[in-house]
Amino acid sequence: MRSLPPPARNPYWRFLVAGIRGQSAYPLATLAGLVANATFGLLKGGIMGAAVESSGGELAGYSAATMAAFVWLGQGMLGSVNFWGGSDLQARIKSGDVAVDFLRPVSVQAANVLTDVGKGLFALLPRGLPSVVIGVLVSSMVLPADPAAYALGLISLLLGITVSHATVYVVATTGFWLVETRGVSVLYMALSGFFAGLYTPIYLFPDWLLTLALLTPFPSMMQFPIDVLSGQVTGAAAGQHLGVQVVWLAVVLGVGHLMTRAGRRRLEVQGG
Amino acid sequence: MADVRRSMRAYRAVLASRARSQASYRASFRMDLVGALLVGIIEFTEIWVLYTASDQIGGFTLAQIMLVFGLADLAFSLADLVFGHCDNLPLYVRKGTLDVFFLRPQPVLAQLVTSDLSLRRIGRCLVGATALTVGLVVNDIDWGVGTIGLLVLSLACGFVIFAAQFVMAAGLQFFLINGAEMTNAFVYGGRYAATQPATVWPRALLVLFGGIFPVAFAAYLPVSTLLGVPSVAGLPVWLGWCAPVAALWAVCVAWLCWRWGLRHYRGAGG
Repeated sequence: MRSLPPPARNPYWRFLVAGIRGQSAYPLATLAGLVANATFGLLKGGIMGAAVESSGGELAGYSAATMAAFVWLGQGMLGSVNFWGGSDLQARIKSGDVAVDFLRPVSVQAANVLTDVGKGLFALLPRGLPSVVIGVLVSSMVLPADPAAYALGLISLLLGITVSHATVYVVATTGFWLVETRGVSVLYMALSGFFAGLYTPIYLFPDWLLTLALLTPFPSMMQFPIDVLSGQVTGAAAGQHLGVQVVWLAVVLGVGHLMTRAGRRRLEVQGG
Repeated sequence: MADVRRSMRAYRAVLASRARSQASYRASFRMDLVGALLVGIIEFTEIWVLYTASDQIGGFTLAQIMLVFGLADLAFSLADLVFGHCDNLPLYVRKGTLDVFFLRPQPVLAQLVTSDLSLRRIGRCLVGATALTVGLVVNDIDWGVGTIGLLVLSLACGFVIFAAQFVMAAGLQFFLINGAEMTNAFVYGGRYAATQPATVWPRALLVLFGGIFPVAFAAYLPVSTLLGVPSVAGLPVWLGWCAPVAALWAVCVAWLCWRWGLRHYRGAGG
């Protein structure tokens, strides 16, 4: 049997690269995202800083410096994770184009998740790093001195980005049954950011709400990577964060796989 | 006069048809309404979490900030209901469908605003209205003609200020196209800013959201005046009464941006 030509040999790698390249084609969009990010960061930093100050310099384990790190690392991650619940797949299922995707000799799930992870990884350079630099310049945030925090932090960050896109994939697959998934996306949008620690650290929540948050995959998308990356959580606790992230990744990928299989049988393409 | 009435009728017919078309997909519409309501509730929960974790922030307690949040959120939701559709302008420009608006004998902005009506946004108004009502009940307010006048005035001006941000953003979209997200900084950033006490802002934000995009006049400053809470250092307590000035400024800037953008537009060709 003839071997496949090189590009097709590893299509999944190419999906990841395509995601990265697709995103780099719009520099103005990236700059615009950064401006919006920085403005929100300043507003969030102001109110969170004031909250720490009025609590006597310490709030739920955060000092002014670590709270600033929380705010700006979070702003930096915003371009890389998906808290709005929409995706290309969602539109393709609605229009029926996904039927063509199923004909290709690659996994629909892997192709979609990897493309989105690629986009997310690219966004770390023009949106993630500058946000953190702005944070360092305008706030009292400190970055950890320990190289282990960065090594574990990057793994946690990669896991967080992947959990986020793998979960949005599950949201999109509900379209096989519902066709119009706007409502599901809006629900996801409302809950994901809140429970992921986009607005306030989840450790500020009252106990019952914190427990509720920890029962969802959302903290794995942002709060945990920030914890590890900022050095707020180290050692065994950091390892535990990573473990929880891996478990959630396995869960959402598994659910996504089952949904794809069931949905494929369910798929009805209208028109002709 | 008859002309005006005739053109009003045209807008009314378009809007009524949009409303009917949305309500006819009942399941989707209901889910949208619930979703919009939930987004609003979550936004309030964030504030609740923050203000219960620490007793007061920037001189405001939870009860007091409810007034600010309610007023700002209600004004923004109402502006969003009417003008929120301006957000879709980049899509129209890219698809070339905006050109059609130029062919009709009605102002482009009026057509853009009435080209769709998102009834689900009504869900958002409920959250703001509830927070405002609760805020008015739990705070010790010295009721009188002045109080009611200030509330009505700031709600009206808040609506105008936020509406102006939407129009300003739309005008700038003619230049930005792919950078559409940039205007989120002051449209949605402005909404977020309007729910905060301005005392926590660094100077740059004071200039930005107290002056250029004057959302501090939508809720924070009127509420400070209402409750007699000292606002940002050195500013007089009666500043909340100046919301109309801020609204006028916002409208002027929005009008200029819109005119400027419209003149810049050369069509999508084709």
